[in-house]
Amino acid sequence: MALLDVKNLTVDFNTDQGLVHAVRDISFTVGESEAVGIVGESGSGKSVTMYSVMGLLASNGEIKEGSVVFDGKEITEKSYPNHKAYEDQMSRIRGNEMAMIFQDPMTFLNPVVKIGKQITEVIKNHNKVNDREAKDRAVTLMGQVGIPSPGERFNQYPHEFSGGMRQRIIIAMALANSPKLIIADEPTTALDVTIQAQVLELIKDMKEQLNSSVIMITHDLGVVASVCDRIIIMYGGKIVEEGDTREIFYEPKHPYTMGLLRCVHNPEKKEKLTPIPGSPPDLLKPPAGCPFVDRCSEAMRICKTQMPHVARYSQTHTCSCWLEEVRKRKGENHG
Amino acid sequence: MTDIENLDDSMFEKLEESQKNTEFIAMESKTYLRDAWDCFKKNRLALAGLIFLLFMIIMAIGVPVLSPYTYDSQNLDVRNALPSMTHPLGTDKLGRDILVRLMFGARISLMVGFVAAFLNLIIGVVYGGISGYAGGKTDMVMMRVIDCIYSIPSMLYVILIMMVFGSNIGSVLLGICVSSWIGMARQVRTQVQTLKQQEFALAAYVIGAGKLRILFKHLIINCMGPIIVSTTLMVPEAIFTESFLAFIGIGISLPQASWGTLASEARSVIQSYPLQIVWPVLAICLTVLSLNFIGDGIGEALDPKNRQEV
Amino acid sequence: MAETLEREGKGETPLLSVNHVKTYFDVTKGLFSKKQIVKAVDDVSFSIGEGETYGLVGESGCGKSTLGRTLVQIYPVTEGKIFYKGRDIDTLKKADRKEFTREVQMIFQDPYASLNPRMTVGEIIKEPMVIHKILDSPQEREERAAQLLKLVGLKPDHIRRYPHEFSGGQRQRISIARTMALNPRFIICDEPISALDVSIQAQIINLLKEIQDEMGISYLFVAHDLSMVNYISDRIGVMYLGHLVEEGKADDVYSNPLHPYTKALLSAVPIPDPDVARRRKRIQLEGELPTPLNPPAGCPFKGRCPVATEECGKSRPELKDYDGHKAACFHV
Repeated sequence: MALLDVKNLTVDFNTDQGLVHAVRDISFTVGESEAVGIVGESGSGKSVTMYSVMGLLASNGEIKEGSVVFDGKEITEKSYPNHKAYEDQMSRIRGNEMAMIFQDPMTFLNPVVKIGKQITEVIKNHNKVNDREAKDRAVTLMGQVGIPSPGERFNQYPHEFSGGMRQRIIIAMALANSPKLIIADEPTTALDVTIQAQVLELIKDMKEQLNSSVIMITHDLGVVASVCDRIIIMYGGKIVEEGDTREIFYEPKHPYTMGLLRCVHNPEKKEKLTPIPGSPPDLLKPPAGCPFVDRCSEAMRICKTQMPHVARYSQTHTCSCWLEEVRKRKGENHG
Repeated sequence: MTDIENLDDSMFEKLEESQKNTEFIAMESKTYLRDAWDCFKKNRLALAGLIFLLFMIIMAIGVPVLSPYTYDSQNLDVRNALPSMTHPLGTDKLGRDILVRLMFGARISLMVGFVAAFLNLIIGVVYGGISGYAGGKTDMVMMRVIDCIYSIPSMLYVILIMMVFGSNIGSVLLGICVSSWIGMARQVRTQVQTLKQQEFALAAYVIGAGKLRILFKHLIINCMGPIIVSTTLMVPEAIFTESFLAFIGIGISLPQASWGTLASEARSVIQSYPLQIVWPVLAICLTVLSLNFIGDGIGEALDPKNRQEV
Repeated sequence: MAETLEREGKGETPLLSVNHVKTYFDVTKGLFSKKQIVKAVDDVSFSIGEGETYGLVGESGCGKSTLGRTLVQIYPVTEGKIFYKGRDIDTLKKADRKEFTREVQMIFQDPYASLNPRMTVGEIIKEPMVIHKILDSPQEREERAAQLLKLVGLKPDHIRRYPHEFSGGQRQRISIARTMALNPRFIICDEPISALDVSIQAQIINLLKEIQDEMGISYLFVAHDLSMVNYISDRIGVMYLGHLVEEGKADDVYSNPLHPYTKALLSAVPIPDPDVARRRKRIQLEGELPTPLNPPAGCPFKGRCPVATEECGKSRPELKDYDGHKAACFHV
């Protein structure tokens, strides 16, 4: 059984401008000890999806529909008798079975509390351990994530660490209770390339060691290429393509995925960059048909009005695009 | 699946570039003020405050003009009268109509409040803006000057100025303004210091904008939110100070009336005619309260944190 | 001073030339504490020709953005000289200075911070024209602003909207339109794409390239992402801790890096190809960039360098020329 099973998730945000349909009817699963990349640009709904899973939506966001089953338990608010019961359950899960790594470590670290104390806190919240044991565990963790002389740095404050080191601290905290699922929201976007590579390597190693599942949210296909087993491509609040890493990179079906691959400069092949024109759709008024229609080089009349159906190419590979129907029709004509 | 098969082939014709809706923005474009007003309207208390204040201003302008009485016309036959049809709020110990005097007082009190707040705004913003933008030694000197002014109690200024220039509105205003702009200046300075490091300020510098242009068109306009709030809250403060001064007897001279002097006069007959002191006190309280509500409302309306976004 | 200008193979005066420039910041706290100096840019020289794109790469804190800002005089030069069209920019006369500020422009990193939130897009684009008195009537300026919006791929009717109504990529294009209003000759692009989504980065890069092809503008392209820099640049300079450690033709630096730091940087670039990415060996760099507050003596990179020897601790290697490809390392 899958560790995380999201079905027909729909999330709306109530804004000053009106209702924003941030996530529109998406379903996916994450298996045990699997690394899944969710790739999409800002406003594609990738982060909102994960915040809904964690129960961390902003107060004006609401899960309109759908279910989220984690480790066999339903964890959407509507399945709990009241808000308190839900919050109790979620705070048991968060930081324990499910951990999150954020883009900006400083939003997560308390600037006036020593690093060591913040890590032990996480350990003590979910385990019955005394101070001594918690500290030992924290120092070991800091060592594991590659912080030099963890014993000394245990008593330092967040501002005494560099960006890369802070991100390591966050990873240490996320790993403190050997979570079953680690959700990393753009964990390397704010970091320099050399540090980014280090942090990615670290996440990969930790995943192997703990045998946990990882969901990596990013806008950069380059980041997920070496880390993830499977990739989900999101656009305009919908999943447009899903497949294992090789399928996405070598046999992309959706014009958006192909476009994304063409706008990353691959120095191994000397190709000209072909950008995807235009800007992401405004989810205040999402298009009736395919969300990508206005930027797609293959767009057809049908794409304006109807959302394409999901076509399956292999056990793992699915894509929703009207081009599949065109291919089918051409095939019939020839046959 | 049948409906897909039934789709006409023409549906699969390529879309022309012109039929695509690229760079589409669904968001309604609103100016800053419009946006703020929409948010302000939702705050009931602030709106009530605004309505009361407008009512007070209209009354202050209208009543003394339309009423058959003037603020200093005495009628010793109807001394200390209770409210009646002819004198809605009664008369005072010299038989003057209290409503007219109250509204005449409103003119003075409100004017003192608004003019003081306006002067504070101008002086504080210019001084703080220059100090924050210039930085370095200029900033150091300007801040030390402020420290010096601030080290003398403000009451002392008021009393000294009254002694030198006599008791009139001008010296009351001057007295209130001498030191109260300092808070505004400090606030603007801090804001400008942070904003001048922002990339849009650097961008303005790079395109060749002059210092004044950067300071006013780029920096100060972006700290307008907190500035407007402080200015609004300055009005009740000034009204309070003026009333207090008038009440203890330093302020504008009789028979002119501000709310403070009215309260002070009523104090002498408080034993027998307690209602007389209620009117000016009520006027001060309600006006100050409304202004505070308005200030809070504006603060909320101008604070980007209160926007509901994704 | 003209004879000190290096000629970069083109046999003409370079458009911009930077000569041993140092930008230091005094960060001494309090009146009586020990003087503390941050050497953000420490003795950097290079030059950029007409229509050329010079890529400047390095990690955050290496001084690349400071250098860019020094060139447009946001920060004062502590030592050294900057020449524009062969003239020292410190001694420009009033008219020449005006020309310099018009012709040398900058595009900033954060599209959310670089546009004044209280101005409409039209006002933002028209402002440089107003300041430099380009075009006479407001109508002409309005038309030109609409034209510029079109040039960067936005719609002319966006002119009355406010910056917050746009996405990051759109804002960066507005930024470019503002810059183009002045018909500049030289634009410093200070990490213009690092805050943008990958799909939008390519748009901005291609837009910059198109503009360059059309108008022959020169760019100083500051970034931390070597692969994009390689794509857009003719030549690349690599900075580390305030020093230029390698410089050469983009393809040379990319395919045949000389300095160990450049090699490490290159091996860290994420490759959008799972097979290649998994096969590839990465050069692990120990630790992180030291602070420029107390830079180590000798080679700035020695603390993290996989090939460092005793020699590297003694003196700082100078930039040496290897057939037009320069590197500052004893172990090339």
